[in-house]
Amino acid sequence: MLPAMTISRRQLLALGGGAVATATLAACGSNTGRPAATPSASSSSSGGAKPTLAQWYHKYGEDGVEQAVKKWAAEYPDATVNVNWSLASNYSQAVSSALLTANAPDVFEYELGPTLDMIKAGQVADLTDIVGDAKSDFMAPLLERFTWDGKIYGIPQTVDMQLLYYRKSALSKAKQKVPTTLDELATVANAVTTSDMGGFFAGNDGGLGVLANVLIWCAGLDQFSSDNKSATFNAPALYDAVTKYKKLFDSKGMVKSASGDWYEPSAFVNSEAAMQWGGLWDMPKVQESLGDDFGVAPFPSSGGSGKQVVPFGAFGAAVNAKGKSVDAAKAFVKWLWVDQTDKQVAFSNDFGYHIPARTSLFSRADKVASGPGAEAAKLVSELGKVNSILWTPATNEAYAAALTHVVKNGNDPKAEFTAAASKANAELKRING
Amino acid sequence: MADAVSVMPQAAHPGRTNAQNRRLWFWAFVGPFLAGLLLFVYIPIGWSLYLSFFDARNTVTPTHFVGLGNYAYLLSDELFLSSMGTFVVFAACIVPLTFAFSLGLALLLRRVTFLQAFFRSSFFLPTAVSYVIASMVWRLSFFNGARFGLANTMLRSLGLDPVNWLGGENYWYWFVLVSLRLWLQVGFYMILFIAGLNAIDPQVYEAAAIDGATGFAVFRSITFPLLRGTSVAVAMLLLINAFQAFDEFFNTLNTVGGYPPYARPPLVYLYLISFGGGTQDLGIGSAGTMILTLVILVFSLLQNRVLAIGADR
Repeated sequence: MLPAMTISRRQLLALGGGAVATATLAACGSNTGRPAATPSASSSSSGGAKPTLAQWYHKYGEDGVEQAVKKWAAEYPDATVNVNWSLASNYSQAVSSALLTANAPDVFEYELGPTLDMIKAGQVADLTDIVGDAKSDFMAPLLERFTWDGKIYGIPQTVDMQLLYYRKSALSKAKQKVPTTLDELATVANAVTTSDMGGFFAGNDGGLGVLANVLIWCAGLDQFSSDNKSATFNAPALYDAVTKYKKLFDSKGMVKSASGDWYEPSAFVNSEAAMQWGGLWDMPKVQESLGDDFGVAPFPSSGGSGKQVVPFGAFGAAVNAKGKSVDAAKAFVKWLWVDQTDKQVAFSNDFGYHIPARTSLFSRADKVASGPGAEAAKLVSELGKVNSILWTPATNEAYAAALTHVVKNGNDPKAEFTAAASKANAELKRING
Repeated sequence: MADAVSVMPQAAHPGRTNAQNRRLWFWAFVGPFLAGLLLFVYIPIGWSLYLSFFDARNTVTPTHFVGLGNYAYLLSDELFLSSMGTFVVFAACIVPLTFAFSLGLALLLRRVTFLQAFFRSSFFLPTAVSYVIASMVWRLSFFNGARFGLANTMLRSLGLDPVNWLGGENYWYWFVLVSLRLWLQVGFYMILFIAGLNAIDPQVYEAAAIDGATGFAVFRSITFPLLRGTSVAVAMLLLINAFQAFDEFFNTLNTVGGYPPYARPPLVYLYLISFGGGTQDLGIGSAGTMILTLVILVFSLLQNRVLAIGADR
């Protein structure tokens, strides 16, 4: 009866800012195993000049990914690549810790690319040269997120996104249209609510975790100024958006607890909510359960300057700058994530629903070439927003606390978000200073 | 014994050799423990202290000295200070409750003459359960916010509305967290109290009985005062443990989407800002643990002072 928690980190990509604490368990995954520690690693000594590389992935939820990436690694002609399929629930921390040791990976994937601290500490190599002409082909906001001071530090592997699922039949029965504004979302959520089905669900915390940054973007604001010098979210448009969300939150149309969380399709397919904020990764299960009786939409806008929005992100391939064979590692990353477009399409398309990170590959990924998948891909290109690299855990904690205080306790938004913004500015100063 | 000694090889200077042997055995037994203590406790503590004065992000050998900057950052951080408030709430609930329950259980069990070992073991058993596992059971089964959670099923059978236990409303999560910790630790402190009770001379009770003391009067005038040593130790351990709260909070409240912005004791908050999302801010994290150590130390000394007044004649 309990919801199956088979979510993978790739599926999750807590793109909207919840990205700061993604581990499900506190269990300290003692992931000390460098792939080179496996028996096959000794092949480097017998293989002559061919270097040995250790490549780390987190555990993907979909069947077949592990076999595919290991096969591709084995196909690489210029180095022996040992794949470490990390089972650690806290993969991010495992990588960060490993990078301080001699057992560090040469190549690793990281959610939304390496952190700014990794870049500043010189732990990751500059990959600008290996991206080369393909630069314009990668989705611009994504590549921008992986770039610092004009240098690219990660190559996006495949794109995941969050979006609004709605049940067509429930909306039409209540004579409602797909909501495009926050006010409409509240109206529709309440109109479709019956004794059998709730209105809108976005997680067991009332959506405050996953929608935290979405509320900034839907108000037409950004997290930071374009020069990354100051926090720009603290504005009346945000107060207004959050106040509207509070109205929805306090209404009967809001489903605050369900059999699954926002990142699982259970609440939606079990008829616990007619609308659910979820991930593109849910689409196969939603399709299987509901057939054509569902549609997808971006998060509604708020206020005059507001915009509809979908948050998205990607795991990025990075190279350990302090590894033994940095050039060989870069060459491998170029081969896999820049040159081998067939493999990139397969990575996005063969194991669940994902969008290729390169626009030229959209047409080759049949799952996003038509139907709701195509609609989702279009939403990403037109309305996609990526969490800023400067949105640090401390900033996130301050902002999340402010949001919760306003929505749950009814505190004054101006006072709360001003305090959060001053923390965000202090963080910017700390990082830039 | 004499035979055993006589088969030992004779040394030219028995006194010196004995002393040397003793020293050797001392180090043979104490050495490994001491080395472990040094390596895994004192060096990390020292290193933490060192790191706390540096901007140590993604490095354990920092070069950017910031003096007391990390301390100032945390002490002016409202969320860190409010996490201290969270601790106070938690400690204010869990310390007296565990104290009362474990003492009560110990007193009750002392009177049980039938299957005493069984009852003692039963109450002690939860101590052996992992905090992580217990948190999972509490969160997924007992206090699941959905309608099918055990607690909600019971509420519904009574005609009440289901409660979203961990959703943050009405502070219901405190009920979950406190009951969890209580279940896990009450057995351990019960054993400490049983040991304390057993150390009280039965003659004192006999004398009291002769004087006509019964029931609560015996507890108030004899048992409790004579348990003072144990009580002080238990209260101090409870307080320190409450300070170190992390496991059950994190495992009960953290989801794949993140940790909610409430019920964050200091260690959870430090973890979130130091290691959240792959961040590795060892300077801030270390400064935070140093502040906590200092606070625990001050609290313990104060508590010891207050509770132990007059304990030793």
